[in-house]
Amino acid sequence: MDLITREYRTITSITGPLIFAEKVKGGGLGEMCVVRMAGGEIRRGQILQLLGDRAIVQVLQGTSGIDAEAASVLPTGETARAGVSMDMFGRVFNGFGDPIDGLPPIIPEKHLEIAGLPMNPASREKPDFFVQTGISAIDGLNTLVRGQKLPIFSGAGLPAKELALQIVRQSKVSEAADFCVILGAMGITAREAFFFRKALQETGSSERTVAFVNQASDPTIERLFTPRIALAAAEYLAFEKGYHVMVVLTDMTAYCEALREIGSAREEIPGRRSYPGYMYTDLASIYERAGRLKGQKGSITMMPILTMPDDDITHPIPDLTGYITEGQIVLSRALHRKGVYPPIDVLPCLSRLMNLGIGKGKTRDGHRTLADALYSAYARGIDVRRLVTIVGEEGLTELDRKYLSFSEEFEKRFIGQGDEDRSIDATLDLGLELLKIVPERELTLRARKG
Amino acid sequence: MKEIRGKIYGVSGPTVIASGMSNAVMNTVCLVGRQGLLGEIIRIREDRAILQVYEDTGGLTVGEEVVSYGRPLSVTLGPGLLTNIVDGIQRPLLKIKEASGGFIGKGVKAEALEMDRVWEFRPVKKPGDHVEPGAIIGEVPETERITHRVMAPPGVSGVIKDIISGNATGRAPVCVLEDGTEIGLYQQWPVRLQRPFKAKLPPEVPFKTGQRVFDTLLPVAEGGTAIVPGGFGTGKTVVEQTIAKYATCDIVIYVGCGERGNEMSEILTDFPTLKDPATGLPLSLRTVIVVNTSNMPVAAREASIFTGITIAEYYRDMGYSVALLADSISRWAEALREISSRLEEMPGEEGFPPYLATQLGGFYERSGKVKCLGPDERTGSITVISAVSPPGGDFSEPVTQASLRFAGALWALDPDLAYRRHFPAVNWLVSFSLYQTELLDWYSREISPDMLRLRARLFELLQKQSELREIIQIIGVEALQEADRLTLEVANIASEAFLKQSIFNEADAFNTFEKQFWMLKVLFAYMDNASAALKRGVYIETILDSPLRTRVLRMQNTPNDGFGKNAEGLINEIESEFSTVEEK
Ligand SMILES: Nc1ncnc2c1ncn2[C@@H]1O[C@H](COP(=O)(O)OP(=O)(O)OP(=O)(O)O)[C@@H](O)[C@H]1O
Ligand SMILES: [Mg+2]
Repeated sequence: MDLITREYRTITSITGPLIFAEKVKGGGLGEMCVVRMAGGEIRRGQILQLLGDRAIVQVLQGTSGIDAEAASVLPTGETARAGVSMDMFGRVFNGFGDPIDGLPPIIPEKHLEIAGLPMNPASREKPDFFVQTGISAIDGLNTLVRGQKLPIFSGAGLPAKELALQIVRQSKVSEAADFCVILGAMGITAREAFFFRKALQETGSSERTVAFVNQASDPTIERLFTPRIALAAAEYLAFEKGYHVMVVLTDMTAYCEALREIGSAREEIPGRRSYPGYMYTDLASIYERAGRLKGQKGSITMMPILTMPDDDITHPIPDLTGYITEGQIVLSRALHRKGVYPPIDVLPCLSRLMNLGIGKGKTRDGHRTLADALYSAYARGIDVRRLVTIVGEEGLTELDRKYLSFSEEFEKRFIGQGDEDRSIDATLDLGLELLKIVPERELTLRARKG
Repeated sequence: MKEIRGKIYGVSGPTVIASGMSNAVMNTVCLVGRQGLLGEIIRIREDRAILQVYEDTGGLTVGEEVVSYGRPLSVTLGPGLLTNIVDGIQRPLLKIKEASGGFIGKGVKAEALEMDRVWEFRPVKKPGDHVEPGAIIGEVPETERITHRVMAPPGVSGVIKDIISGNATGRAPVCVLEDGTEIGLYQQWPVRLQRPFKAKLPPEVPFKTGQRVFDTLLPVAEGGTAIVPGGFGTGKTVVEQTIAKYATCDIVIYVGCGERGNEMSEILTDFPTLKDPATGLPLSLRTVIVVNTSNMPVAAREASIFTGITIAEYYRDMGYSVALLADSISRWAEALREISSRLEEMPGEEGFPPYLATQLGGFYERSGKVKCLGPDERTGSITVISAVSPPGGDFSEPVTQASLRFAGALWALDPDLAYRRHFPAVNWLVSFSLYQTELLDWYSREISPDMLRLRARLFELLQKQSELREIIQIIGVEALQEADRLTLEVANIASEAFLKQSIFNEADAFNTFEKQFWMLKVLFAYMDNASAALKRGVYIETILDSPLRTRVLRMQNTPNDGFGKNAEGLINEIESEFSTVEEK
């Protein structure tokens, strides 16, 4: 089709990041557009909805400065794509895939649709390969496996980034040669951006890292593209180049807020706490891209980080995330205040794929039993702790006291490991040792060393 | 019905507005756009039809063609359903995998069942025989486990002129009636239409799950419905999968509705090798998987539960007992909400459309035990067990509440129990079963009259436990009377050893009714003998320190086979030890 007839100087209204244009013909749903502004500046847009000859277009760089009278919209005939190649390693891009590290653009080997395609459930390989993160609360109790999506639920000011980087650094060791990291950062501050860059450099991971960074000052819509482009790159590295890719996405809360902003600009009927009703489906289109495929060497393991508004785990962002991901690592303000690092609140933590990655030949026989025993003992210890505040130490039985002291030791030594990189054996041995505080006969199964 | 050709007028998410569609019929399917995406008409406004499209709508443009052939959204029923895995509109995922690899490509097409596959057809009728709707005309060994009964479809009757024997495919009829009507191995059935039966029958037999907390405390009847609501990670999927593995039934239809892909890969890898405890045959031989994960098109997610229940009805009609396990009905409701909001309909509570409960009812009410169509008085049943995922774990939300209206059993899952790894995390104080009265006869007849008494005692003990726990919160354990402390200890054993059940421990994962009965026997023998000793003046510490306590606490680890014998032995030991133990 001839370009001139497809350019439309017919913008009827502009709301937030959206343009409503008329007499748009030929553009497809999801198609990219060029928005040409009066001064010749060019922005990118994407068609969100079509009705007759009208289209709703979201402008990636935002609508500020666009003059409805003078600007025009031109569908490009292309879906949103990103150029990928092995040269991405060591580079930093924005959320649209343009380099922001001062180096020239990469020469793409392929242009991939950033939205990706759904993995066929029948093509998935069951994730069952243990990843040693060196963190006891994870390896021992909520084991991570390759191809899993395991988010960190954080609160404002809690050390989620530090933990994520420690996991990346330490798993790199056990994962060896085929390991690489993709960082997708949405709405992070300049300070955080600096922190990530520096930390990745220090660990020497930067030549095995690709970063897509959208800062808080960057356009909102870019936040919706960032995780998708990061995952398109991950799919390329995992399923075409055979890498075990660890994708760290931070902060999903900023992503969800961007989603909400678009929703309200479109005047959609909002769902819970004014987040869009389709947020579950939208988040799933990101999180479900983790996994392994039959007959393929590579894998995508995902570690999204989110900040629970008000530390509330029932807030729609952690809630919907937890409903999609294969477990969660939850950080606790109380432990953080106590000086426990990493401040992992193990009770609400979960790894749903743990069982596939542990046991004989993977970690150790009896791992499951030990983890369950540690869990029930700690839960019971926490109950006693609550009781003490009401009835005082005198109201406790001998046994209660043992559980109480178990929970203290457990928090101090097992969870609060600091910067130590612990082997799985050290983690499990420590667990067994701590369990000795509680009488053997209390356990429904014997926790044994195998 | 003749073809109608219209054009795309608008596209918004999974919905398409087509113009030029006068005379289009509600709930019929269309092919949309150049790629021929499958869509279903869900609203008609003058000459415009609104469609929900079952495939990704990305790239559709205004003006592309929409064609309706006037057929409703249907599934293909026949041999080959079992062991299969299909998406929400019955596209075979293994075939799609062959065609497009790891990912589901746009616009891929594949026939639901292989029409060319050769099956062995064994007629049970002969020329001259009369058949009526639902009559079995022949059999096909579909899997080692299940014999597929080929039936005269609803509405078909007459005298047989010709019937074949031996090799058959979907390409030619297996039977022809005098009036020329052909009956084949396969039939089509509209997913939104309930398949007919002669009569509904009352629930009187329990649906055996092998899970103690359900079978003993909160039973669901064969043909009943149970809902499993719970926040994320409380164990809904594990409940569904455990039932898929261990339930005593003929057919399992597992509907993964808007959930995770990895959960399906687990079933797919495990079921061909895991054995069904009743027959020792691989589980996959009795299972059909319908899966539309959270990242697959949302409209096909909406269709998936109807695809699932239609397949379930088909096997029910053959006279089988079928379990339909839906994980999660909330994702279906959300799909409905997503589509409804694209239509800019007036929303009801929490944005769900006002017709949520009606449609949900239309699904749940397709469960039941029935007298099947056909002359032979056979019965079949569909037991529906569906997971509900309430936002924030709050049961007051619309989907849980609407589901409760149709459910005969509520298995409420509790995050506190899940956090302490007490699984299944069933909160037995809020949960209920409306079937218990109907089922008590069966318990008394088939297990033992004593089962009723033990069951009642267990309820009482658990009630007492929650009261005592409240008291401790105020005065501490040390301040309890010794008799109450003992009760509390026994109640704790009941929750640890009986209510808790681990899927990871082979002996524990699945329990026969007999084992459940004997476990209760042991528990209360321990309680009665310990109480007697306490009354006699034995120190409570002495009682609790006895190794017998630990043995009762660990009895679930003893296998089903021979459990009764073991239990009798343990009861004898309990009796003799507590009657001889020294007083203060
Ligand atoms: N009977 C059980 N025995 C042992 N572990 C269990 C049992 N039930 C659940 N679990 C544990 O709890 C985890 C979460 O269970 P599950 O995946 O079934 O939760 P869910 O309620 O389906 O969550 P979601 O709504 O997010 O899908 C499992 O991965 C498993 O570790
Ligand atoms: Mg689940």
